[in-house]
Amino acid sequence: MKTYTRPVTGTWWTRNGFYRWYMFRELSCVFITLYAFILLAGLYRLGQGPEAFLAWQAALASPASLAFHVVALVLVIYHSWTWFKIMPKTMPRLPVPDGAIVAGGVIAVIAVSAAFLWTALG
Amino acid sequence: MRSIVLECLRYDPETDAAPRWQNYDVPFTDDMSVLQGLQYIKDHLDGSLTFRWSCRMAICGSCGAMLNGEPRLGCENFLRDYYPGPLRVEPLNHFPIVRDLAIDQSDFLAKLESVKPYIIGEPPKGPYRQTPRQMEEYYQYSQCINCLLCYAACPQYGLNEKFTGPAALALLHRYNADSRDQGKRERMPVINQEDGVWGCTLVGYCSEVCPKGVDPARAVNQNKIESAKDYFFRFFRR
Repeated sequence: MKTYTRPVTGTWWTRNGFYRWYMFRELSCVFITLYAFILLAGLYRLGQGPEAFLAWQAALASPASLAFHVVALVLVIYHSWTWFKIMPKTMPRLPVPDGAIVAGGVIAVIAVSAAFLWTALG
Repeated sequence: MRSIVLECLRYDPETDAAPRWQNYDVPFTDDMSVLQGLQYIKDHLDGSLTFRWSCRMAICGSCGAMLNGEPRLGCENFLRDYYPGPLRVEPLNHFPIVRDLAIDQSDFLAKLESVKPYIIGEPPKGPYRQTPRQMEEYYQYSQCINCLLCYAACPQYGLNEKFTGPAALALLHRYNADSRDQGKRERMPVINQEDGVWGCTLVGYCSEVCPKGVDPARAVNQNKIESAKDYFFRFFRR
């Protein structure tokens, strides 16, 4: 039987809003990874001594670094939201509605972040 | 009476090297579905337009098509909602086109067969007994009508046709989750293989487009846990 299969091009994800948000979710991982490397670099510099750590801290205050952190923060928030949104699908069936699992995850993130900020700033 | 332009993707394997677009001006009333629009074309404008249909009420799963780029059933979507148009009607994405809007489903049918979609095990002496809670475990998955909208929605299937895909894996889970079934061992190889559940990246569009409220993304991702358990617990099995 002769058939015709339409090729899937590299721009398949631009065709539909659902796909675009999916790709945005996947792309946000790149920024989260970069942020993790910056934190690791801080740990490494801490091991080298107080001057090294202060230099790392000074580098964080540069405008480029601040801009990166703002972008990374937005993406982390979006990524966390998508993470908890699909969480009910990835776990065994529980006797609670999906919305409660999603809400539980989001509230836990807010609580942990608030506790961390409280400790760091207080 | 209002009318709307239906832009249909045409492909005749005997004369066309590639698909082409053809427009039809279809008069419609408010109660006319997209499928009825296609039937109007076939009856009054162009008898050569080919498409599948049967029940006209979202039960048979035959009339799936891409409507303005989204996988949908022609019978349960209405022309009035696409007015003033135009409405683009294409065959389901990711499948080989046989002719016009008719696609070749044989790849899916082979996959469906591979998941052994039937109850396996020794039947009891009397009737099967099942509590409502046990039925709830698999009920939504049993609503699948094999319409293939989920495959047209799944980019992973589009990029790699070896991926077992949403409906077949949802139906696999439908039997594994059934308290009457004892065939899980036989189905684990399908789940565990490279193109089984691990081919899924949880785009989630399959569950979004399902016209019967089945959640294939959930079935697939719950079986990632099963597959991981199967991998690690194999050391403790005889």
